[in-house]
Amino acid sequence: MTTPYDVPYMERTRLYYEAQGYTTPYQWAHHDDTPFTQLSKSLPQSRVGLVTTAMPDTEQGRAERKLYSTPSRPVPDSMFTLGLSWHDTVTHTRDVGSFLPIEALLTIESEGGIGSLASQYQSVPTAYSQRQTIEEDAPAIVDLMNKDEVDVAILVPL
Amino acid sequence: MSLVARYLENSGIPTVVVGSALDIIEHVGVPRYLHTDFPLGNPLGTPYDREMQRQHVDMALDLLDKASQANAVSRSPFSWQGDAGWRDDYSRVTDANRAALAAAGEARRAKQRAMKKTNPKQQIPMP
Repeated sequence: MTTPYDVPYMERTRLYYEAQGYTTPYQWAHHDDTPFTQLSKSLPQSRVGLVTTAMPDTEQGRAERKLYSTPSRPVPDSMFTLGLSWHDTVTHTRDVGSFLPIEALLTIESEGGIGSLASQYQSVPTAYSQRQTIEEDAPAIVDLMNKDEVDVAILVPL
Repeated sequence: MSLVARYLENSGIPTVVVGSALDIIEHVGVPRYLHTDFPLGNPLGTPYDREMQRQHVDMALDLLDKASQANAVSRSPFSWQGDAGWRDDYSRVTDANRAALAAAGEARRAKQRAMKKTNPKQQIPMP
């Protein structure tokens, strides 16, 4: 029996890329302070936004990894995850519900647990460039969510 | 994704991240994090297990609702029921795959050099 432990993903990634000849290790952003915003409404009154790292399973989504905003309904029955970092030797991503909770949130919406699910969800690329994320993708997501009157957001990286 | 959470939070939109890479999320620092101890790819739980997936979404909403300060972390009580060796398996470099990885890296760099000529904005994916 193997004792469970938290997988050291940063270390594994560094060694994996080093073995591929990338000698300058990727530097994850690190911050001493973390922002925090209180909820302004109760969840049953809140509109919930959703962000995934999976790309839409469309011709464009398969061809180019970039920010996409896609209608939440109908619930997608597949997402494009090829080439993203996930554990493809032990599991699969054929069940969208295992990483993108649209169906679950629609059920919770119908039960009154949240006000509503946002009309669009966002796919964001796991970019090598932090500048790309901070200066382009994240501000674009804020604009999209503000237009959709999103109150709170659930972010689910693969 | 953690950087997006931080940006949204700074912009007045409270966030919760649900994921399985605890060390990365804690290194970057996010307002609220639900950790699910699953192989990357199924942060909401076992494929097709709707009951477990629903419970993870409920836990995420609960954390969103109840956390009172930044870096709030919850851990799911559920665990992966597949191969017990999955933790050791992820991106492991061994003598068996070392040469193949070196060759794959070289091939990838060659492809990127070629791609840069046609699409300079193409990103190099990282977890």
